[in-house]
Amino acid sequence: MVSSKLAGSILRTFVLQKLIKHILGNIKDSLRDLLPIFVVIAVFQLLILQQPIPNIGDLLFGFVMVVIGLALFIYGLEIGLFPIGESMAHEFARKGSLFWLLTFAFALGFGTTVAEPALIAVANEAAQVAINGGMIENSDAARLEYASGLRFTVALSVGFAILVGVIRIIKGWPVQYLIIGGYAGVVVLTWFAPAEIIGIAYDSGGVTTSTITVPLVTALGVGLASSLKGRNPMIDGFGLIAFASLSPMMFVMVYGMIVT
Amino acid sequence: MTELMKFIDTLILTIRDVLPILGILIGFQVFVLRRKIPNLQRVITGFIFVLLGLVFFLQGLEQALFPLGKLMAEQLTNPAFLGIENPDIKGHWTQYGWVYLFAFAIGFSTTIAEPSLIAVALKAQQVSGGAIAANGLRIAVALGVAIGIALGTYRIVSGTSLSLYIIGGYILVIIQTMFAPKLVIALAYDSGGVTTSTVTVPLVAALGLGIATHVPGADPLLDGFGLIAFASLFPIMAVLGYAQLTQWLNKRQQSSDK
Repeated sequence: MVSSKLAGSILRTFVLQKLIKHILGNIKDSLRDLLPIFVVIAVFQLLILQQPIPNIGDLLFGFVMVVIGLALFIYGLEIGLFPIGESMAHEFARKGSLFWLLTFAFALGFGTTVAEPALIAVANEAAQVAINGGMIENSDAARLEYASGLRFTVALSVGFAILVGVIRIIKGWPVQYLIIGGYAGVVVLTWFAPAEIIGIAYDSGGVTTSTITVPLVTALGVGLASSLKGRNPMIDGFGLIAFASLSPMMFVMVYGMIVT
Repeated sequence: MTELMKFIDTLILTIRDVLPILGILIGFQVFVLRRKIPNLQRVITGFIFVLLGLVFFLQGLEQALFPLGKLMAEQLTNPAFLGIENPDIKGHWTQYGWVYLFAFAIGFSTTIAEPSLIAVALKAQQVSGGAIAANGLRIAVALGVAIGIALGTYRIVSGTSLSLYIIGGYILVIIQTMFAPKLVIALAYDSGGVTTSTVTVPLVAALGLGIATHVPGADPLLDGFGLIAFASLFPIMAVLGYAQLTQWLNKRQQSSDK
């Protein structure tokens, strides 16, 4: 009884020690990852702009927070996000229901994008551009309608992209044909879309893929490709993110054409 | 006290961001897959770490990096600093040298710190059995972003057409795809999408806005956009190029061994 308690507490200390060691290692990596930004900021501020660094205390405190944050994030990624993404991919493959897999793919793409703060910010700015360009009337109602219309368009496009990407993994289609086809679509749409929307459309591809979505979607793709026979996780597993950044460009340009 | 309030604000925002994702995962796991999650406790711990990590990360950026970075972008694009005498007349494009250099440096350094890219690079290293080194990939991507953003700022200064660059870039990517090793193609395309996220977007957007405000004839709202597009296109070329270079070096090595 006593010995088992003792063994339990030793085990716990051991696990805790391992955890701390792991996180400390991550902190070292994070420090290295963040050093370039601080060097750039310091060099430009001190040597090129030749100005003192304001609130150096705040800056250092913020730096410490960023380093700790990145280390914790990477640790959580390895023990939480990656495993769940992969285990769900394996289970969907074993279940063998295409319908549910595709529903999941769409929901993941749509659900993670619609609430994305970066997208909300871009949509609001885009509404301003549309007002300045005289595409919509200058009122709060019109602005809100335009911005949320844009947000849903982008979220739909990401859901659609992940869905198509999953079908591609299952079928084993080469990624480049779809991507090049998508590029051709973007180029053709650029000709017809109103000038005001083009910059926003191009940028919207970049803002959709958030820090939590990327690891999950990557793990889903790689997990799916490795549990399907005849698929290579390297060739077939990656590519979902690329779809998720390409399709919003097309959808947003079409949205711009419809709204004007 | 206000620090704590800000921290709590960020926490609530991040939770709101994570909740739909968690809802989808749990919903499908419980109602569709109807299986227990393996190592549930570990996964939950992981989610808590991810959440806490993001809150610290975002809060730290918000507090330290973004204000200073945005201020610097503002100052560096100021005609007085650049030595352009009449702020109403656009300087020659060569007078904006510091802007290009800052764009390059900030593009490279923020990409190295981008958590999504770290995630994809770790996965690629694991899946390829180490054939693709996580750090090598990240440096290639960061160089791509750096070149892309520097060129993007040049575009705003020179006032040339955004579509022209993007379409030209696509054509180059298509040509590279034909010659690049098959294994990296999907990964290269993915790396275009992951570069522009938490760290890069706010600083790059501030830079774009700063230039477009100060360069006569540029529209801040219209020309401020588009830099992100450069930051997503150029890493694809960089990764494909890196893979081609490695392949070529390996081939040369092999033929010299014979």
